[in-house]
Amino acid sequence: MQNMKRKFILLLSIILASFFAVSVVSAQDGQPGDPTDNDVIRVAKQLYCPVCPNTPLDVCETKACEDWRAQIRDQLSQGWTDQQIIDYFVTQYGERVLAEPQRKGFTSLVWFLPLVVVLIGIGIVFEILKSWRKQKTVTTAASPAPEISKDLLEKIEREIRELG
Amino acid sequence: MLAEIGLISLTIAFIFSLYATFASVYGGWRGRLLWVESARNAALLVVPLLTIPVIVIVYSLYTFDFSLAYVYDVSSRAMSPFLRVAALWGGQQGSVLFWAWLMAAFVGIVLLRKWDRDRELMPYVIFVSMLTTTFFVGVVLFITNPFMRLWHIEGAAELTQALFQPLTSMPYLPEDGNGLNPLLRHFGMIGHPPTTYLGFTGFVIPFAFAMAALITGQSRRDEWILTTRRWTLFAWIFLSIGLILGGRWAYDVLGWGGFWGWDPVENAMLMPWLTGTAFLHSVMMTEKRGMMKKWNMALIILTYSLSLFGTFITRTGVISSVHAFAKTALGPAFFAFIGFTFLGSLTILYLRWDTLKSEHSLESFISREAAFVLQNMLFLAVTFAVFWGTVFPLISELVTGTKITVGPPYFQRVTGPLFFALVLLMGIAPLVAWRKQAARTLGKAIWFPFAASLGIAAIWGASHRMHPASIFGLWLVAFVLSAILAEFWKGVQARRTTRNENPFTALFNLIGRNHRRYGGYIIHLGVVLIATGVIGDAYFKQETQGTISQGEVLSVGGYQLEFRELLGYPGSDGRQIVEAVTSLSQDGPIIRELTPRRDYFVVQEQPVTVPGVYSTPGVDVYVMLIGWDDLGTSATFKIYVNSLINWVWIGGIVMILGTMIATWSNPARRETTYVLKPEVLTSQP
Repeated sequence: MQNMKRKFILLLSIILASFFAVSVVSAQDGQPGDPTDNDVIRVAKQLYCPVCPNTPLDVCETKACEDWRAQIRDQLSQGWTDQQIIDYFVTQYGERVLAEPQRKGFTSLVWFLPLVVVLIGIGIVFEILKSWRKQKTVTTAASPAPEISKDLLEKIEREIRELG
Repeated sequence: MLAEIGLISLTIAFIFSLYATFASVYGGWRGRLLWVESARNAALLVVPLLTIPVIVIVYSLYTFDFSLAYVYDVSSRAMSPFLRVAALWGGQQGSVLFWAWLMAAFVGIVLLRKWDRDRELMPYVIFVSMLTTTFFVGVVLFITNPFMRLWHIEGAAELTQALFQPLTSMPYLPEDGNGLNPLLRHFGMIGHPPTTYLGFTGFVIPFAFAMAALITGQSRRDEWILTTRRWTLFAWIFLSIGLILGGRWAYDVLGWGGFWGWDPVENAMLMPWLTGTAFLHSVMMTEKRGMMKKWNMALIILTYSLSLFGTFITRTGVISSVHAFAKTALGPAFFAFIGFTFLGSLTILYLRWDTLKSEHSLESFISREAAFVLQNMLFLAVTFAVFWGTVFPLISELVTGTKITVGPPYFQRVTGPLFFALVLLMGIAPLVAWRKQAARTLGKAIWFPFAASLGIAAIWGASHRMHPASIFGLWLVAFVLSAILAEFWKGVQARRTTRNENPFTALFNLIGRNHRRYGGYIIHLGVVLIATGVIGDAYFKQETQGTISQGEVLSVGGYQLEFRELLGYPGSDGRQIVEAVTSLSQDGPIIRELTPRRDYFVVQEQPVTVPGVYSTPGVDVYVMLIGWDDLGTSATFKIYVNSLINWVWIGGIVMILGTMIATWSNPARRETTYVLKPEVLTSQP
């Protein structure tokens, strides 16, 4: 019993500690402190290297990117929020540093058009299926029509014989 | 001397393929068999004529003939013999030559094997395939010639590349070459590029037959589909293998803990795979029901054009910068050829539209036919989304002048739901009968997999309180998995009761008797396993980075990494290695010693990260050495805990296995495989 209780307390303290850890992390957001590597990566992940083609800033190996990551660390320790840093990078180096394209202006087309295409696609599927239903029987040489006519022929012949 | 032989052979190959192209179309048009036969012989001769330059290049790479600019670029004395040979496809000149050679070889095989069978189509098969071959051989000869030599012109600061000696110049023979990009110096070099090329070029065969069928009007009969079924599967499986090996290579070498980054080059390869997969399915509709003939044509045109487009993107780098486009003549030449191929084949399709009428009509919205149309549309929608995201930066730069990046968040968000729908359809569609299906019988077939998967998802969701989407995803894979396994179970049970076979014999015979159907199911099984890996990668990845001193520990996701010491030593291929010795433990006992490395290629001044990986079916712990202090007493590590990632590779192997079973030749039934069989229409549950 005593053992159970101790375990329970242990469990509770772990849970509490984990809550506390979470609150510590969120408290760091936007407050001066000592940013960890993980904080820097969290911001850098949302950015692309301004000079190399198609390389996310968090994994880019160049010296320039190392400097940019150091800059993010500085800005974090000065109390900048993630969004402020991202905005700063956009004003400095242009829209191309954003991993996720914006949803405004001309760029919003990149998001918008696939949606339109999917909707049109669904419409086309429906139309195709409907039109296929309408054209009742398009008989061509390859359709298994001969089998049916054979049965029919036999039936007719039988009927003729019966009549006769 | 050797290089000259290669160059001469290449030139003759170009003339012969040009001749074959025009002789075949003339012979076909005028009905002159002699011309067609002559074109065939010329096309067959192109194979050895291209083999000679390939051998010459490989030999020059192997023996360090640095007087050739290409050898100087991609080979070096420090590289192993294996890499020197693989350097054939390590640079632009060599890879285009390799491509042309593969394509010529495929055409040659088809001309040998199918000559007697498809006489009517042959003139135009030769025309279409040799037109493409001529283009590629022409590109090798005139634009990116691998036999260019280095020359030093008096007074010039830089070396000149030219085939023949320019005036007032001296031949230049460097001591050593630059060698391959360090990232390419990997075992993956032997797997990913050739398989990708086999996949890309392989689609030329079904494309050429489709075009020939349209041109001759033979498209009314669907012979071309039957002739090229194996070729299509061949191209498709190699493209699949190429994709998976590429992912594996990226995982091992690029050092970001993932296997797919939605990079333009990756997307360029995914697009023909998507449309090719749609083509494989719509072809089945034609074989079984004589429907979707127009789709087949449109899809093979799209697939082949996208294969060319993929090569275009990879070889010109046009997506990352518009300016790369006109740097060499390669970009404009490719662009014109793709446009010509695409528009030309669409025009032919338009002219023959009326030969492609459906032979049957749709009987019900709940039918295999409807499911096929839906899945084709979904594949096209994903293809469009990937295409749009890939080219949008280019469009944005051209229209507004602003460079933008379309990164993974776009692709994940847009294609995610579509892929989800496709996988779901993969679970349901095989249970739906051809022609029509009563909702009740479908419900009967589906309730068990559905209930089982709900149970699995519920239990799992209750024990791991993760992102809701992850529970949804796991339900999906559990559902499709159990639906496929239930099909096998039903088949085995049927054989057991009717023929009294033991379960293993029953399974063996079941697959053997209907290898296309069950091979297809096994391919689907592979896809589900890959989907499982992708879901693990999307929702359960954990990562951390930190600097620790010797004896200290960095932990993430229940694993602890202890840094023990740092070693430095010289390695092969001209690299300096810094290696961290670490031990990985999971809540106590040490489970594995890991040695993440950083290889610095001195000549190229380029570092390559070699991760230390502890790999199990459930989880990969992927450790990278990021940096260290000068004394080596502390180091920075990045640790990824990648859940389920191994299922991507396992799924790939299952897919290959399934394709082998599906294409298995069954000599006894060979003649009847392709006939519209009445029993096919009724045998479904």
